[in-house]
Amino acid sequence: MSAFLLNRFLQSVVLLVIVSIIGFTVLNLMPGGPMAQYGLDPGMTSDDLERLKEQLGLNRPILVQYFDWAWRLLQGDWGTSFRDGSPVLSVIGRHIFATLLLMGSSTVIAIAVGTWIGIRGATHRYSAFDYVATIGAMVALSIPTFWFGLVGIYIFSLELGWLPAGNMYTIGDGSALNYLHHLIMPSVVLALVHIAIWSRYMRTATLDVISQEFVKTARAKGVPERRVLMKHVVGNALLPMITLAGVQLPSILTGALVTETVFTWPGMGRLFLDSLGYSDFPVVMGLLMFSAILTILGNLIADIVVALVDPRIRLA
Amino acid sequence: MTTLTVNQAPLSWWQSRVMRRFMSHRLALLGLVMISTLTLICIVGPWLLPYDSLYIDLRARFAPPMTGEHYLGTDPLGRDIAARLFMAGRISLLVGFIAMILATLVGTLVGVIAGYRGGWISAVLMRTVDGFLSYPSIFLLLALSAALKPSPMMITVIIAITGWMEVARIVEAEVRSLKEREFVLAGRMLGLSRAHIMFREILPNVTGPIIVAATLTVARAILLEAYVSFLGFGIQPPLPSWGNMLNGAQQYLATAPWLAIIPGIAITVAVSSFNFIGDGLRDALDVRNDGG
Repeated sequence: MSAFLLNRFLQSVVLLVIVSIIGFTVLNLMPGGPMAQYGLDPGMTSDDLERLKEQLGLNRPILVQYFDWAWRLLQGDWGTSFRDGSPVLSVIGRHIFATLLLMGSSTVIAIAVGTWIGIRGATHRYSAFDYVATIGAMVALSIPTFWFGLVGIYIFSLELGWLPAGNMYTIGDGSALNYLHHLIMPSVVLALVHIAIWSRYMRTATLDVISQEFVKTARAKGVPERRVLMKHVVGNALLPMITLAGVQLPSILTGALVTETVFTWPGMGRLFLDSLGYSDFPVVMGLLMFSAILTILGNLIADIVVALVDPRIRLA
Repeated sequence: MTTLTVNQAPLSWWQSRVMRRFMSHRLALLGLVMISTLTLICIVGPWLLPYDSLYIDLRARFAPPMTGEHYLGTDPLGRDIAARLFMAGRISLLVGFIAMILATLVGTLVGVIAGYRGGWISAVLMRTVDGFLSYPSIFLLLALSAALKPSPMMITVIIAITGWMEVARIVEAEVRSLKEREFVLAGRMLGLSRAHIMFREILPNVTGPIIVAATLTVARAILLEAYVSFLGFGIQPPLPSWGNMLNGAQQYLATAPWLAIIPGIAITVAVSSFNFIGDGLRDALDVRNDGG
């Protein structure tokens, strides 16, 4: 087990190094590079810029700069926001709750609905339900998330007036119910694509398990079909889904960014977009790195959980 | 003459088996019909309409669909939405298609080299693939489009940069499983160059998975273009694209919902067509992977 953990951990570290190299390259592609903030100031002459570059060490070889940047990243110095001068990590910290709330609730919806559709599709293979679910999933994967959000707002906020069109809560009303009311539409919109993905994988995984010997054994022993399904089949089919949840993280973050924009949700996605609008590159970079690190961590945790839950993997 | 017959034999096999299976896939056929129709309309449509996509008519702002000759209505500047939709379709489909070609080329190249060479070359290439996959594609896309000036060509390249990894993974896995086969050993013993073995001997055997992945990549690329353009960082006005037609549509949602609804339907039709076709090709070519 510890060998597996160490191996998996080292892989993640290597991946982090590669991710940081990609990130550093993007940073240096930004107009004005890391100096963009000062270049925009009309009171700044090119002589000043040169002097600042020397002071900040930007005239050093690119490799030295990279190690310096990465080292500061490791120590938690992610730079300061151009907009208000506060540290990037604290800016991200202020927005992370909203995003995690949205991602969490939509993941719960996606897993619950996707699992149900997947299992039903597998047990009622080639039924009308299965066909509709298959085609529906492919269409759902083709609908732009933001457009689905716009249509949702049009129907449920403007025409029917059932749900709020945006924001996380009504100002002056911070009750849990109010949050929940605001959460419904964005999380369903964000969940749609993942319901589609989840149900497809769940169907395949269930079909894989259903045809295995231990399921036949359970049936032969006279275990009621419902119990076979819930205990033997679903339990085992859900295992590979843990890995999938880790792999899906970047795509959920992508969806969250778009959904947050449509619903003026005060999370990391909106922060990313606002920062881009202000050319606040330290925050943009910070979010880019932060999301990649989150993904790598998510995959690592998913793999460890699978190893813990599944006794068969322990030797690997 | 003899070479001609030899060349024709596999061709007819291809036509009979794979084509028959594809043609019997109803959803894939539907996709093919939908996307051909849409492409045709986008190419021919602008010539048949009485309005130019850039013609501004402030007296006819916010006309709902089916007003006079404005079949799909007009936008906040009184421009004809049908004309804009078709012009936008040309851009969006072209961006999606070219991005697919670039992404497939890069992905195939990386996949073949990583799969065949193995060792540290493969390790570096495939970990780079993992690295790119760790970023949410839209974050990377937006950061890059802020960094590089967003001309249509640049947007296409940026979309390709965020979309080549799936192809690379699929090709790498296929090549790795093929490289120990007898025909490769035979090639090596004949003294064929490495490049010849990789690209002339092995690559043709991976065509099926590449075609499937490429089809799904078009779908993905059209969606990504819509995302960045909707957010205002993609194709820049006055050049219309399906994504940037939706940019700003939200503020008129209460008064002019067709502004938001119509381009979204076009995107969904185009993307689902490619997804349907990809699914049909996967069944027809018997490719066992999920492509994403």
